[in-house]
Amino acid sequence: MSILVYAEHDNTDLKPETNKLVHAAKQVGGDIIVLVAGANCGAVVESATKIDGVAKVLVADNEAYEHQLPENIAELIIELATDYTHVFAAATTTGKNFMPRVAALLDVAQISDVIKVESEDTFVRPIYAGNAIATVQTTDYKKIVTVRAAAFDAAGNDNSAPTESVDIIKAAEKSAFVSAELTESERPELTAADVIISGGRGMQNGENFALLNGIADKLGAAIGASRAAVDAGFVPNDMQVGQTGKIVAPQLYIAVGISGAIQHLAGMKDSKVIVAINKDEEAPIFQVADYGLVGDLFEELPKLEASL
Amino acid sequence: MKILVPIKRAIDYNVKVRVKADNTDVDLTNVKMAMNPFCEIAVEEAIRLKEKGVATEIIVVSIGEKPVQEQIRTGLALGADRGIHIETGARLDSLQIAKLLQKVVEQESPDLVILGKQAIDSDNNQTGQMLAALTGMPQGTFASEVNVEDGKVKVTREIDGGLQTVELSLPAVVTTDLRLNEPRYASLPNIMKAKRKPIDVQNAADLGVNLDSNVTLVKVMPPEQRKGGVTVGSVEELVEKLKNEAKVIS
Repeated sequence: MSILVYAEHDNTDLKPETNKLVHAAKQVGGDIIVLVAGANCGAVVESATKIDGVAKVLVADNEAYEHQLPENIAELIIELATDYTHVFAAATTTGKNFMPRVAALLDVAQISDVIKVESEDTFVRPIYAGNAIATVQTTDYKKIVTVRAAAFDAAGNDNSAPTESVDIIKAAEKSAFVSAELTESERPELTAADVIISGGRGMQNGENFALLNGIADKLGAAIGASRAAVDAGFVPNDMQVGQTGKIVAPQLYIAVGISGAIQHLAGMKDSKVIVAINKDEEAPIFQVADYGLVGDLFEELPKLEASL
Repeated sequence: MKILVPIKRAIDYNVKVRVKADNTDVDLTNVKMAMNPFCEIAVEEAIRLKEKGVATEIIVVSIGEKPVQEQIRTGLALGADRGIHIETGARLDSLQIAKLLQKVVEQESPDLVILGKQAIDSDNNQTGQMLAALTGMPQGTFASEVNVEDGKVKVTREIDGGLQTVELSLPAVVTTDLRLNEPRYASLPNIMKAKRKPIDVQNAADLGVNLDSNVTLVKVMPPEQRKGGVTVGSVEELVEKLKNEAKVIS
């Protein structure tokens, strides 16, 4: 068995999802080879060589891969894939974008959003917003798998794997990068944060999300939101936690003014400790919360900030 | 410009699904079904492009047993011009769906294919990307804005760190994210009119696609339930418990 693991990165930093992918790949067994595809991504390669359990890091450093356009990345991977039994990528907006192309071009199924590796051909994944957990087995000659990183521990960083450069260049002319508008934040990323405080429809408007800032600063927390808050236009979609947003599993998740729709619970119910602050004591969020505080968030949040 | 909108009949998003007692699958007996919410957004976007004069014809296509015609009718009532029903009772994965849609693309030669980014039942998020790969089209997934100009489409995409804009040559595949638009409701006169719009029914077995999946569903279990916790009386009590009992803050 040999597994190609696609490194999650932004050309500057290797993302923590990659260590979790490697940990998931170890459950399959066999050689683990990490692919870093990007442009001027030397620092990422350096970090990738340190991940425990990695036998080799393949480096495709070319401007064709700078924005990880799915048309190019998929073509690169199918050419590399002949050497591997499995390809693993994170179920992020990057992995979700190119992996189904890889699967289709190889004429195999993709197993999406895996939360547990049972064996080399059997995987566990949530369906119906996590209201059912399916075990699936594939007899495809190659296993194309996206992994829900939050469900796995991270491999350590005490290795020094060799690198090998890949000179395959795939530059599709049908698609081009135009621009990116990335959210600038001093706070940790949602999928990497140990503490998350999220606001819902109960926040009433976007300005009131500022009430979460002081608490997030004191706890070193990321700030998230429910789909209801995103739909209402309070905050941008990249803050969304839930079935159709980010899936998180921090040590502490504080849900403020969030009723607890199944779509939201799907994104956060694996958090270690859940706190809910809501004025409606009947809100379903209290059924999953370890600590529930029934009260008006506009009174409770300033008190919480002051007491930390 | 012709737009093809593949749509899926799925469990209504307000329904909480239950797992069958024998753990073979979820139980969909007598469960309310509807058009997958992301597919509604796809239909709406196609209609808006037609209203702007960019698109001239909208075709909705759905794959499955006879009841999927209800969702095709919904698409027609919202403003699509005609429907295609690929009839099959087989249990299909995204790859087989994408191959059947590839056949429809070959028949219809659309300039743009707009699909929902994922269905809320299988939560796969695969079909649009697979269709793009099989037809050799570029893709703009998780779209929050779509602009067609000069034979190209500019798609603003919702990505983990914010937004990314790509420019694709046509024909292209676009998959919809939540904020792309807010779908309208069908008016009663349009629902009546939709009954007279044509639906072309084709048998999936006649399309020359291998419908066998190599993936088997071994079992389906209910998720582990979290036990409800305690209600605290005040912020002070909450902070004290987080520090000393849960030990998640210091």
